Amino acid sequence: MDLDYSVEESQFRAEVRAFLRDQLPNEIARKVHGGKRLAKDDFVRWQKILHAKGWGASSWPVAHGGTGWSPVQQHIFDEECADAGAPMQLPFGLKMVAPVIMAFGNPAQQARFLPRIVDGSDWWCQGYSEPGSGSDLASLKTRAVRDGDHYVVNGQKTWNTLGQYADWIFCLVRTSSEGRQQEGISFLLIDMKTPGITVRPIIMMDGEHEINEVWFEDVKVPVENRVGEENKGWTYAKFLLGHERTGIAGVGRSKRELKKLKAIACRESSAGRPLIEDARFRDRIAQVEMELMALEITNLRVISAEGEKKRAPGPEASILKIKGSEIQQLLTELQMQALGHYALPWLHESLDPAWSGDPAMPAYEDDAGPLSGHYFNVRKTTIYGGSNEIQKNIISQMILGL
Amino acid sequence: MNFDYTEEQIALQDTLRRFFARDYGFEHRRAMSKSADGFDRAAWATFADFGILALPFPEDFGGLNGNAVDTMLVMEMLGRGLALEPYLPGVVLCGGLLRDAGSTAQKEALLPAIAGGELMLAFAHFGAGGRYALDHVATKATPEGGGWTLDGAKAVVLAAPSADKFIVSAREGLGLSLFLVDAKAPGVSLRSYPTQDGARAADLRLDGVQVSADALIGPAGGALPLIERAVDYANAALCAEAVGIMAALNEVTLEYLKTRKQFGQPIGKFQALQHRMADMVIATEQARSMATLAAVRADSDDAAERSRCIAAAKAYVLQSARLVGQQAVQLHGGMGVTDELNVGHYFKRLTMIGLSFGDVDYHLGRFSDSLLAA
Repeated sequence: MDLDYSVEESQFRAEVRAFLRDQLPNEIARKVHGGKRLAKDDFVRWQKILHAKGWGASSWPVAHGGTGWSPVQQHIFDEECADAGAPMQLPFGLKMVAPVIMAFGNPAQQARFLPRIVDGSDWWCQGYSEPGSGSDLASLKTRAVRDGDHYVVNGQKTWNTLGQYADWIFCLVRTSSEGRQQEGISFLLIDMKTPGITVRPIIMMDGEHEINEVWFEDVKVPVENRVGEENKGWTYAKFLLGHERTGIAGVGRSKRELKKLKAIACRESSAGRPLIEDARFRDRIAQVEMELMALEITNLRVISAEGEKKRAPGPEASILKIKGSEIQQLLTELQMQALGHYALPWLHESLDPAWSGDPAMPAYEDDAGPLSGHYFNVRKTTIYGGSNEIQKNIISQMILGL
Repeated sequence: MNFDYTEEQIALQDTLRRFFARDYGFEHRRAMSKSADGFDRAAWATFADFGILALPFPEDFGGLNGNAVDTMLVMEMLGRGLALEPYLPGVVLCGGLLRDAGSTAQKEALLPAIAGGELMLAFAHFGAGGRYALDHVATKATPEGGGWTLDGAKAVVLAAPSADKFIVSAREGLGLSLFLVDAKAPGVSLRSYPTQDGARAADLRLDGVQVSADALIGPAGGALPLIERAVDYANAALCAEAVGIMAALNEVTLEYLKTRKQFGQPIGKFQALQHRMADMVIATEQARSMATLAAVRADSDDAAERSRCIAAAKAYVLQSARLVGQQAVQLHGGMGVTDELNVGHYFKRLTMIGLSFGDVDYHLGRFSDSLLAA
């Protein structure tokens, strides 16, 4: 039992930190720390920088162009990236579709898709949820009908995060209505430029265009773009959701946000004293910090078990998702609350990095941010990736056998 | 970074698990709780055979040189087994104080006797009116004839009725000192009573109790850091005990959800109860993480970091324990509130841990205040 990092791991951390200091563009880090809107180019540029270093895919094996890092190294990398203000590497390609292609795709698909994910050439989005199929995902209705060497896809997907930028979408489609609904689903990779695809924005309550609806009207998809077997897509989908949950603990990001919360509480005043001296508010910070301390260790326990047993993330990942998302929400709520009256002004335009107007709130040098927008934005975290209620179903059914 | 126990630690864990399963069943415990001592002297002798009474002591004094993680492992098993025996006051607290601050002569005289199970100690520190503050000591030590005279009262001294000796804190001038006091010394009197968990404690009076110079443990007037360290250690140990109890409660509750039928099906098929059970499991896993942190930091020489982590761990574990304990009772329905099932007994022990050596508010406050120093 030892909670300290080894000498090698500490050296690795130093190496990551030095790399970030030298290579992470300042203007991008400033946007991240300031809670500003990131452009597509920011994400792509950072992915290309990582790729040039050979660090494009921290969770992949070397054979596919990844780093081959241990789970603990990945954790260190995530933590340092978050602290430095690196943009999150979007999970849709790297952590969602790629593990499925590695595990179930054929060599041609692996050669075609994986290199373009790691080098930042292709932007992927997710085609899972439908208007009538959210938590009950297996009831999905988007149909793919075989027509020679193509499928013809008709239907509608929703909640496609950043699908407006996507080159490719991975989709769960219904290829059979026989038997249990889980048994008629296939996993297709679809080029977003294919005729018949329409992307329509959904504006979230923070005013941002982060998610979309994607409509499919007689969209022709070559059969070679199906991953694995026809009607086995549900197995691949569950595999994917398991992978999505591990990164979702978001310990590094939450540590960064906790630091920011403390900084705000030190600078804001309450009746002439720093807010942090108000025990009632300070106790709230203490409470969320305790949650985060516990989550960090739980996360390390889970990933080090994965490292030793070389196994895919199990249902424990649900615990990380639930706690990680609750903590993220609590942190943004307290950041907003710390501003008091000045949490109320709503200057949506201030999300634009180029905006230089009067922020109508206390001026913080590098961490000024539309904090209330952030609070409204992260309400999504307990809903996406399998809502926290679904996660509790998974725990009670898969861990506890209820 | 390593979250595994060593082979030796796993072997010890198995030994204790087997002992409680085979020789320390629920009815036996109930009987022992009603005995005069309120615990099982034979079990204590067995603990000596297992070596756990020698665990935290240096090899030079008959010990096994165990660290706080070893203590965590033992406490978790004692929690699961719902042990009545005074391991925490006798071995962890008093043994730890002697190990850290005792003179060579004291260690030679006392540690092997503790390790052998022949000597039982209790820590007489807290007094009425001070709640959990460690520096609030009203008992006075007056220098007299090369030794001291002790006068005062101590509140709710755990395991006092069975103690052969006490480690008593007393104020001399501006500082605190620790003294070894024989339970039979003239002027020592006890008002004994059972505690929530079925064990024993007592209020202690010291009326002109004479102690000699060699009764002093550690520096005269400089005992507060020793007490802080020992109580931190005890709190780390209590975190582990609570986690053991929570794990046991989750097991029995899960079993109950799978077997108790209402509306024609096991009640565990109902989502409201499934989610409650999931909450209990999450709380226990998170508490286990914090108990681990507490154990690993309990041996740290960095007092500020040690206290910060243990305060956070205790506050967090107690909150989790409240949730798990209360919900375990709730999910057992009417059976949960009876004396018949072990659930209520686990719950009472958890409740007691929540009120011993600092409650949630006390530890949350300590941790919260550490944010000001940062």
